[in-house]
Amino acid sequence: MRGKRLFIAVFLIPPLLLYGIFVISPYAQAFQISGTDWGGLTPDFEYVGVANFRRLLGDGVFWNALRHNGLLLVLLPVTTILLGLFFASMISVGGRRDRVGVHGVRGAGFYRVVYFFPQVLSVAIIGVLWKQMYAPSTGLINGTFRAVGLDAWATPWLGDPRFSFWCVFAVMLWMNVGFYVVLFSAAMQSIPRDIYEAALLDGAGRVSTLFRVTVPLVWDTIQVAWVYLAVIAIDGFAIVQIITDGGPGFSSDVVGLRLYKTAFTDAQFGYASAIGVAMFFLTLTVAAAFLRVTRRDRVEL
Amino acid sequence: MAARRPVFSHVFLVGWALLTTLPLAWAVLSSFKSDEEILTDPWGLPSTLRWENWSRAWGSAHIGRYFLNSAIVVSGALVLTMLFGAMAAYVLARYRFRGRRVVYFAFVGGMMFPVFLALVPLFFVVRDLGLLGSLGGLILVYAAYSLPFTVFFLTAFFRTLPATVAEAAMVDGCGHFGLFFRVMLPMARPGLVSVGIFNFLFQWNQYVLPIVLMQGEGAEKKWVLAQGLTALAVNEGYRGDFSGLFAGMAIAMVPVLIGYLAFHRQVQSGLAAGQMR
Repeated sequence: MRGKRLFIAVFLIPPLLLYGIFVISPYAQAFQISGTDWGGLTPDFEYVGVANFRRLLGDGVFWNALRHNGLLLVLLPVTTILLGLFFASMISVGGRRDRVGVHGVRGAGFYRVVYFFPQVLSVAIIGVLWKQMYAPSTGLINGTFRAVGLDAWATPWLGDPRFSFWCVFAVMLWMNVGFYVVLFSAAMQSIPRDIYEAALLDGAGRVSTLFRVTVPLVWDTIQVAWVYLAVIAIDGFAIVQIITDGGPGFSSDVVGLRLYKTAFTDAQFGYASAIGVAMFFLTLTVAAAFLRVTRRDRVEL
Repeated sequence: MAARRPVFSHVFLVGWALLTTLPLAWAVLSSFKSDEEILTDPWGLPSTLRWENWSRAWGSAHIGRYFLNSAIVVSGALVLTMLFGAMAAYVLARYRFRGRRVVYFAFVGGMMFPVFLALVPLFFVVRDLGLLGSLGGLILVYAAYSLPFTVFFLTAFFRTLPATVAEAAMVDGCGHFGLFFRVMLPMARPGLVSVGIFNFLFQWNQYVLPIVLMQGEGAEKKWVLAQGLTALAVNEGYRGDFSGLFAGMAIAMVPVLIGYLAFHRQVQSGLAAGQMR
């Protein structure tokens, strides 16, 4: 079977080569560089052991950024999933309830198409757009407040350290909710209608139907959503960099932006890699914790 | 229980629909306004359709060039991704050989690592290959980072294809290469389309990789759209050409939205498949 061997080699080696050079080797080098004091301009560096990690422990700017990621990690999945479930349940079972049964709302297809818009747009477009939305005098948000007579509410949103982080958070919510509405409503489509009709006969209201019937039946989908929103929360780099660049001060800083600036503004490549490695272990810890917490019996239909 | 009209649902659903579309519509409308109209009334409509804003953004603000660069990079990377991804996935799915599982997990494991971990070393790998600030380098990097999901998805897909067809083709004297290109690839079309749409959006909307890799002297001529637009936002802010900025945004946004509206079913299922991995 010489032909088969040759075929396997021809088909497997080029992709492996590309993947090895640009993906595997950087990941492996990240751990190595994180143990050095490399400045990047000269090839000389010294191994400093865990000094970078020790410095990380005492770095207030890093902890401030990490705190913001922590906030995102707690708040982004919860709010996105709750809003997603809320809208999805309205789309798929929020329509008329009558003797014939439980219906989706009219225009369900329209909502599914429109809610998905932010998902197909680049984070760059979304970031630039919302930066304009928040703009002090020309933005649509302050424009709306002024138009309805709430002039006192119009403030320079992104220039105020009290609001900057929450402004970015709102954009992250805006760009992600639609996707999970579509995902959840697809999952809800596969739930047999008669379950809802039984709940209706038993006198269950909308809220208890959502939490007692729908949520357990789409639990698998919710878990997947949680993992992906956690990944977005641990990253957050692009949207923060474009909208506020971490400012004013460090009021909306995140770890990804710290890493980027440490490397490509300050040229401290060893320290930046240490931040990357710390982020990697943070991701692993979150994933492991998540798997323990969400282990819950599946509801079989 | 009496029939209830679903007013309650519609109020909230319409509310979110407005919240989603208003900012986008505002950006497109503002792209036709004059700077003065933008500065005085955010809610006002443009008095005429000023297409000259669009041509200024396309030409003197270089959005046209960035658009072209994005098109070159994504089409190159997409072809490379799909070809290499399909080749590796096909071999991994349908041939038995030593080290098969190791190779498979090496590819699929790449999905678990955050791209940030690789950012610093990747910059130096690309620099040492002399590919910093070049479209070719970006093509290779995009393709490499698209491989884990592509291989994962297509391996599962090739496994579902019936073995009998392959055997029949082999009996008819079809070689391994002919079998792949003339029989298996056409049969895998639905899978290739889903993963292709996912990769297209991933690569077209990529932001982190280009801002790290397209640095250095003269690199701004090679910028891709996402990167050029954010740079424009910073520069136009200083120069006060707001209408040009909105026009740039509209140019970046409208083609993607039109493409999405035309293929929304495929796009949604492609992205959902990507997320459910």
